[in-house]
Amino acid sequence: MLTILFDGIAYGMLLFILAVGLSVTMGLMNFINLAHGAFAMAGGYLTVVLMQRFDVPFLLCLPLAFVATALLGAVLERTLYRHMYNKPHLDQVLFSIGLAFMSVASVDYWMGSQQQIMQLPDGLRGRTELWTGEVFELGMGHYRLFIIAVCAALTVGLQFVLAKTRFGSRLRASVDDARVAAGLGIRVNLIFAATFAVGSGLAGLGGALGAEVLGLDPTFPLKFMVYFLIVVAVGGTSSISGPLWAALLLGIADVAGKYYMPKLGSFIVYSLMIAILIWRPQGLFVRKGGR
Amino acid sequence: MQKRRFLSAIACATLAMSASAAMAQDKFKIGLILPMTGPFASTGKQIEAAARLYMAQNGDMVAGKKVELIVKDDTSAADVTKRLAQEMVINEKVSVLAGFGLTPLAFATAPIATQSKTPMVVMAAATSSITQASPFIVRTSFTLPQAAVAIADWAPNNGIKKVVTLVSDYGPGIDAEKFFKDRLLFNGGQVLDSLRVPMRNPDFAPFLQKVRDLKPDAVYVFVPSGAGAALMKQFAERGMDKAGIKLIGTGDITDDDILNSMGEVANGVVTSHHYSASHNSALNKKFVAAFEKANNGLRPNFMAVGGYDGMRVIYEAAKATKGAGGEALLNAMKGQVFESPRGPMFIDAQTRDVVHNIYIRKVEKVGGQLYNQEFATIKDVKDPGKTK
Repeated sequence: MLTILFDGIAYGMLLFILAVGLSVTMGLMNFINLAHGAFAMAGGYLTVVLMQRFDVPFLLCLPLAFVATALLGAVLERTLYRHMYNKPHLDQVLFSIGLAFMSVASVDYWMGSQQQIMQLPDGLRGRTELWTGEVFELGMGHYRLFIIAVCAALTVGLQFVLAKTRFGSRLRASVDDARVAAGLGIRVNLIFAATFAVGSGLAGLGGALGAEVLGLDPTFPLKFMVYFLIVVAVGGTSSISGPLWAALLLGIADVAGKYYMPKLGSFIVYSLMIAILIWRPQGLFVRKGGR
Repeated sequence: MQKRRFLSAIACATLAMSASAAMAQDKFKIGLILPMTGPFASTGKQIEAAARLYMAQNGDMVAGKKVELIVKDDTSAADVTKRLAQEMVINEKVSVLAGFGLTPLAFATAPIATQSKTPMVVMAAATSSITQASPFIVRTSFTLPQAAVAIADWAPNNGIKKVVTLVSDYGPGIDAEKFFKDRLLFNGGQVLDSLRVPMRNPDFAPFLQKVRDLKPDAVYVFVPSGAGAALMKQFAERGMDKAGIKLIGTGDITDDDILNSMGEVANGVVTSHHYSASHNSALNKKFVAAFEKANNGLRPNFMAVGGYDGMRVIYEAAKATKGAGGEALLNAMKGQVFESPRGPMFIDAQTRDVVHNIYIRKVEKVGGQLYNQEFATIKDVKDPGKTK
């Protein structure tokens, strides 16, 4: 039973890393970026290619995936996304989903459409068993433990940056009123570019971490778009903790639902989402007056 | 002088035109519809490569006609398959429709084969009932019940009595589950639970944990081959092999196409299937070597052999009918008996389905590479789905 809880938490944490970048761009920058999954996929494929062709160790691949996707995000932000900031949301949706489809097609073309398989280092394989009793048994896959650790570190880090640093307050100011912020000498453009890059980089890191558990093929951005959007919709977009709780709830509900009622499959997640959104249409954790 | 030159030019042109018209009539067209992009592209790639290999080995002339292979990508969407089949029959006037990577794709095309009286050679899709969808369907791949029943016969005699089944929730998966279950119960085994995984399932953790908690002797798995690799890794990571649970299944999970990249987790897995790239026969060794040479080292899998044998059935039938199509061609396909890279096989004249040996195999390392090593043979397995 505890094992299920553990697996659910790990799965939820993974969803969080994947989705938190989206909640940053969507919530803080007020930009609907449905191509978010494409950045995640880029990180995943980068890792696979580095590991398969160049024998780069997995742990080194993770920061590389973050940096490379962040750079990709920055370049795209400067060249494409920037022009979309002031457009209506529908335009942003169409633009970004078009990008997602393009990424699917191009990865299919360059990498082939098969599932990519990667080999984890030995240290991350295997599993630790605690209390092998009947009711309270806990088996923890080492890789899932690793995911939880990375995710916890990221959450603390992000929360710190947004709440306590100068960059965080500048970002919040730019979001709330870009004109006034610019008048105060804040370089709004630069701050948005950096934020977007970090959001993309987080997605890339999530993709690299998730390739092992979620599988990686060119349909990744579309396959997981639903999950990202549920996390962001349920969690609200104005904080880091909202999506975190939403992702955990989603992960645990999904895993436990499939364990106890396998016949219902993914149905549980969707009904849970609908119930929550009826109860709190703005998301679970919304700060008063926030967007 | 001028006039004569003009006339001879006209004569030449007419001659050339009539010659090309005659050429067009002397073509034997095969319409190959395969998923070449999307999640099942590997199926399409393997079958196309095998079909081209067959043509390279056996020439592109059959019964005095030039064979033309028209390959179209249906992206594994049933409506696209149907449209392509219509175009091929009406515009291209193909003699044979072939390919069909997945069950729904074959079903969508079946009415077209019936209406146009065009033989339809199914080279991949493996649900039992496909050949009943049209009297014009001939199958050269395999049926899932054939493989499922074989492993259900093997398991109880080898210490596996209590089994949990875990299949993808779609046609072939349900077939695999049903036939395995029936046969295992018949053989005195026990099925503790039957789990069905949604097709687009991101994480196998809850299902595998359920299996682990039920403590069976083995878990019987059917999932599409790409997902099979992910499943096997999670199986190993969950320490299920150490908990004394074996992984058995039909050969799809240890697909030759990706077996090597799965790594150690696949080692020792027992499956049942009609083809392994390591099948020990002179013909297969020749086939594998030629296939790898022509395709940059790619190993042929069970899809490739379905395509290769499908081409053989079409070629031989066309020879027998001297290139005529329609019902004559269909009848010439029925009852063909021959040696395939998979071993001996024949096309049952009544059911138009393939009858062949099913092998029980274990994944082993041979010369640094992973192969499905066959160690037991069940001879001449007919599709159990049709013997009711």
